[in-house]
Amino acid sequence: MSDILTPTEEALAEAPPPKRGGGALRYLLTKVGGGLVSLALVIVLGFLLFRVLPGDPVLTMTRGRPASKEQIAELEAQLGLDKPLIAQFFDYLWRLLHGDLGESYVFRVPVTQKILERLGPTLLLVGTATVIAVALGLWLGTRSAWRRDTRFDRVSTSVALALWSTPTFFLGLLLMAATSGWFPTAGMVYSDTPPDFFAQALDIAHHMVLPTITLVAVVYAQYQLVMRSSLLEEMGADYLTTARAKGLRDDLVRRRHAVPNALLPTVTLVFLHMGFVVAGAITTETVFSWPGLGLLTYDALEKRDLPLLTGTFIVLAGAVIVMNVFADILYRVLDPRVRAS
Amino acid sequence: MTSPRALAWRRRGDALAAGWRQFARQRSGLFGLGLLVLIVLLAVFAPVLTDREGLNVIKATGGPLESPSWEFPLGTDRQGRSVLLLTLWGARMSLTVGFVAALLSIGIGTVIGILAAHYGKWVSAGLMRITDFFLVLPSLVLAIALSTVLNPGIGTVILAIGITSWPPSARLVRAQTLTIEARPYIERSRALGGGHLHVITKHVLPAVLPLVFVNTTLAVGSAIVAESTLSFLGLGDPNPMRPSWGSMLRSAWLDSAVIAGAWWYLLPPGIAIAIVVLAFTMCGRALESVLNPRLREG
Repeated sequence: MSDILTPTEEALAEAPPPKRGGGALRYLLTKVGGGLVSLALVIVLGFLLFRVLPGDPVLTMTRGRPASKEQIAELEAQLGLDKPLIAQFFDYLWRLLHGDLGESYVFRVPVTQKILERLGPTLLLVGTATVIAVALGLWLGTRSAWRRDTRFDRVSTSVALALWSTPTFFLGLLLMAATSGWFPTAGMVYSDTPPDFFAQALDIAHHMVLPTITLVAVVYAQYQLVMRSSLLEEMGADYLTTARAKGLRDDLVRRRHAVPNALLPTVTLVFLHMGFVVAGAITTETVFSWPGLGLLTYDALEKRDLPLLTGTFIVLAGAVIVMNVFADILYRVLDPRVRAS
Repeated sequence: MTSPRALAWRRRGDALAAGWRQFARQRSGLFGLGLLVLIVLLAVFAPVLTDREGLNVIKATGGPLESPSWEFPLGTDRQGRSVLLLTLWGARMSLTVGFVAALLSIGIGTVIGILAAHYGKWVSAGLMRITDFFLVLPSLVLAIALSTVLNPGIGTVILAIGITSWPPSARLVRAQTLTIEARPYIERSRALGGGHLHVITKHVLPAVLPLVFVNTTLAVGSAIVAESTLSFLGLGDPNPMRPSWGSMLRSAWLDSAVIAGAWWYLLPPGIAIAIVVLAFTMCGRALESVLNPRLREG
């Protein structure tokens, strides 16, 4: 987490070195290729973590609960543990390529089906929270940098740091305690809500309030701090003096000249820090029993459901990797200086 | 005449004193340091100040979820144990995991960063490829995977946090090493016949260490948060005699302390985490500005 303190330098160091001609395609290919290699590594890691590292996966899965000999034999056959490790790996790979992640030990349904079922709620929660957090962070960051060292700057930066230091789940529990009874604290809809669209949407929104606030509260701080520091770096720039010398109002100088430039590192960071948002989502969904991928991960680890855990591991890690490739490409598209050179 | 070695030590002493003066000029850094010293002392002397048997579920003397009283200043948990005692002992666990995991993570990062920068070419390419991979990988997801398949315990938690959090420091150390290796005194040392090991340990490492130190300070905070998250998810040390702040929050959550209105059960461990992390961040930022004059304001 310490990397938030010098983010712009990091982001700038990441910018590709200037190259002449044909750079764009090459850049694209390198980044996409790098992403593919990472995805392949995630798949290998998934196998190593859940099949090789536990020694005996069946023992791990049945730890702490009674299992008959038949059940154990069935599990072993299902996971193909009787075959040599290398054959198991190719089997795993072959199935993965066909979208088959095996069967969940606890839910008794294909892992892929379970994950697809839970994808929607997570996208809804994470999407909403990210949009709000980015808007809030950018606004606060801009204001506090522009009025550096005022009371607003000091208070908002301290609040951001304090929220940043607090574990997500604790914040969620606090919110739950503070607003007791105003908002539902578990699940996504009440079972007795009428099935028409508006009633459902309203009920989901009502359930979403607390998880969204929690996720926003932990996530927005990084955007604010990054926006603040990258705007501060632009503050002394010559072009701002020029803009002011032209007689532009302070407000316009900020909106048209300073902010667009400071926005660059921040926007890419939104995608680069997706891993952090995913971590926040896991704990938030667990605390509020929000039926998404995070809660699914928690259920899987509680029950040591290794096939399910492999599935959520690959999907969550894969999503973050894709986001990162996207961030790299976006950076190039957005920054004319990188594009032109 | 003073020997070169004594001279070197005196210079180091002077640099340290100057650094301390710079650090002491920052109120927030000093405040953070004071706070940390106090908390570490309390944690270290917990066995002297209190009786560990109070953590034993069977020998608990209070009723379940009692509100704060003279006997139990912060009330009791579901098993009737004193929350104050639990918080105090939780500090030991949380701080230990935080320190050791941060050291492990920074250690891995430093070694990989220096090697990547020093050897260049394919060693660098390979190591940085691995670093980038781990940097992108969401660390909590990997930590969850690791601590699920390994045997639960303090060692697993430390390993899971250390293995998942080193990449940022590897990048930082690599960048710093690259700038240092470009300086003439490294070239001089090479020209005089200094081997890889000599250059790395005698010249690069001492120059990189201040940066490493700052990063460790900042990393302890995030390691403590990571530990609490893993423990909250039930992946911490399962022994009730070894509570951590994260596992306290887990039991508060499982015991529905929120619904029961048992704020005394919920608040102490969470606030303790926030305070300690904030203190480490304050110290780290103050140290950072000592080392990096560009960050000094006014």
